Amino acid sequence: MRLLAMVARRAIWMPPTLFGLVLMVFAISHVIPSDPARVMAGENAPAEQVQALRHKYGLDLPLPRQFLRYVGDVATGNIGTSLFTQRPVAEDLWARLPATLELALYAIVIAVVVGVPLGVVAALRRNSVLDHLVRVVTITGLAMAAFWLAILLQLLFSMWLGLTPVQGRIDGWGPDPITGFYTIDAVLRGDWETLGQSLRYLALPMLTLALPAMATIVRFTRAGVLNVMSSNFVFYQAAMGIPRRRVVWKYILRSALIGTLTQIGLIFGNLIAGAVVVETVFDWPGLGSFAVNSILQSDYNAIMSFTLFIGVVFILVNLLVDVAQAVLDPRGR
Amino acid sequence: MRTLRRLIRDRSALLGLIIVAALVLAAVFAWPLATFPQDVTNYDPPHRLLPPSGTYWLGTDRMGADIYSRLLFGARITILIAVVATSLAVLIGVPMGLVAGYYTNRVSDLLMRISDVFLAVPQIVLAIAIAQTLGPAIQNVILALSITYWPFWARLVYAETRSLRNEVFIEAAVALGASPLRVMALHVLPSIASSVIVRTTIGMGGTILVAAALGFLGLGPPPPTPEWGRMIAESRGFLPQAWWYATAPGVAILLVVMGFNLLGDGLRDVLDPRLRRGGADAS
Repeated sequence: MRLLAMVARRAIWMPPTLFGLVLMVFAISHVIPSDPARVMAGENAPAEQVQALRHKYGLDLPLPRQFLRYVGDVATGNIGTSLFTQRPVAEDLWARLPATLELALYAIVIAVVVGVPLGVVAALRRNSVLDHLVRVVTITGLAMAAFWLAILLQLLFSMWLGLTPVQGRIDGWGPDPITGFYTIDAVLRGDWETLGQSLRYLALPMLTLALPAMATIVRFTRAGVLNVMSSNFVFYQAAMGIPRRRVVWKYILRSALIGTLTQIGLIFGNLIAGAVVVETVFDWPGLGSFAVNSILQSDYNAIMSFTLFIGVVFILVNLLVDVAQAVLDPRGR
Repeated sequence: MRTLRRLIRDRSALLGLIIVAALVLAAVFAWPLATFPQDVTNYDPPHRLLPPSGTYWLGTDRMGADIYSRLLFGARITILIAVVATSLAVLIGVPMGLVAGYYTNRVSDLLMRISDVFLAVPQIVLAIAIAQTLGPAIQNVILALSITYWPFWARLVYAETRSLRNEVFIEAAVALGASPLRVMALHVLPSIASSVIVRTTIGMGGTILVAAALGFLGLGPPPPTPEWGRMIAESRGFLPQAWWYATAPGVAILLVVMGFNLLGDGLRDVLDPRLRRGGADAS
């Protein structure tokens, strides 16, 4: 019951935050530029075209009325129309969401599966060679520009060694969508060839995204374990003669992982943000490459809609993380 | 002085300090240090895409310009963007956080809600939206980054100020009749300065990464500005042959960001004894 109350308390804050988000995107798109229609039409567009756009998108109305119109559109699910394709941006984003989610989920799974044990071991063998090695890797991982790492991996594994495809998500068309995740769809259909192929395409973008996420997870896990290890209950358990292995992997890990979990919301944000540039390098047909294509085409509406869309996804993820944390850690409720 | 001495004794902090100092020196003395300073703006087509050699230490790019020289001048752009954008973010975020943390009323709720909205969108996405609206120019990158990053300082200062609010020395100052402004500026601010300094140092690294990403996406300062992210983007058309073209600017970004991160970690250990490394190492 208290959990439910906590979720409700969080959820109450969602509408104002969403409203703030809409207001912010509106401000960026309508208030900051002195002439939004000019920005939409491009530098060299003739005056009539600018005027036509201004009228079409209601940019000749007073700002408050423009805002009401915008809120009305967003509330009915119309977050914007692409200036380039004339299609509703929300449709394109929905169609591309599975590609980005598949990439992000694999990246986060790898980051957790590799990062948590590394963090624990680094903490247990503090100041050992392994600990220092892990530290160097995490410091490097956090300082590397994702797009640069992507290009280096591409150069090494795709261009020089020829082990992985350079760009793309699959040869030709993907499997008929069930979930939109190519790997899962391939498994569901028993199509092992497609599975192998999509994994080869996934490998590099996934690794690029996973490295900084892993670095963060290692740091937090290591710090969390060291913190818990110095607490009284661990001392007590050791004194009681509970096997060290059990103390470490059961009791310490559970307390230590709460800090790591808090980070996952943040990490997920970094993954989506990282996807913007990583997808460009690997030509991965997800949200990020949509955003970058829109930048290249100066498709101003598409970028604003993308920003809003990501913001909404993000607010929902943070809510989920809060709930998950409350389930694991009764102290925070 | 004592801070500096303790910082130097920490090997990784010292490394960070050296890297950051090297960056500043490279930017200031780019002209004398560069082997081909005129290459930054001039074309030299006969010498395009040459691999690293005794003449061209890090090779040449698609215009035939010396990459080493371009990197040095690029350091100026990097420093300019990082320093100005981060300072603006501090100047907006710290007062906001102070006011919101000191008072407990609607205004402080509102301020924190506003910062929540900014934090609801990943930094790079927000920076892209703003930079795209404003157009590719160095001052627009700076503006986009400072608008994106101020909530980090607002959040930090808010939390620290809140926790100090009930301390005896703050209550004493209030009881003695000090004005809120005086309490905030002379009593709260000095107590939280070290956290702000640490956050700012690490924040510089983050700003540099996002600025490079904006440059990579074509939203940074326009060519021929030797911006590091744009250099990497340009190199993509010449891979896998011209590997040095993509490698050099990336290493520069890596080193500089690492330098700020290491320095920040070291400063935290020195300035904030509560958070000695190994304890809450990662906060």
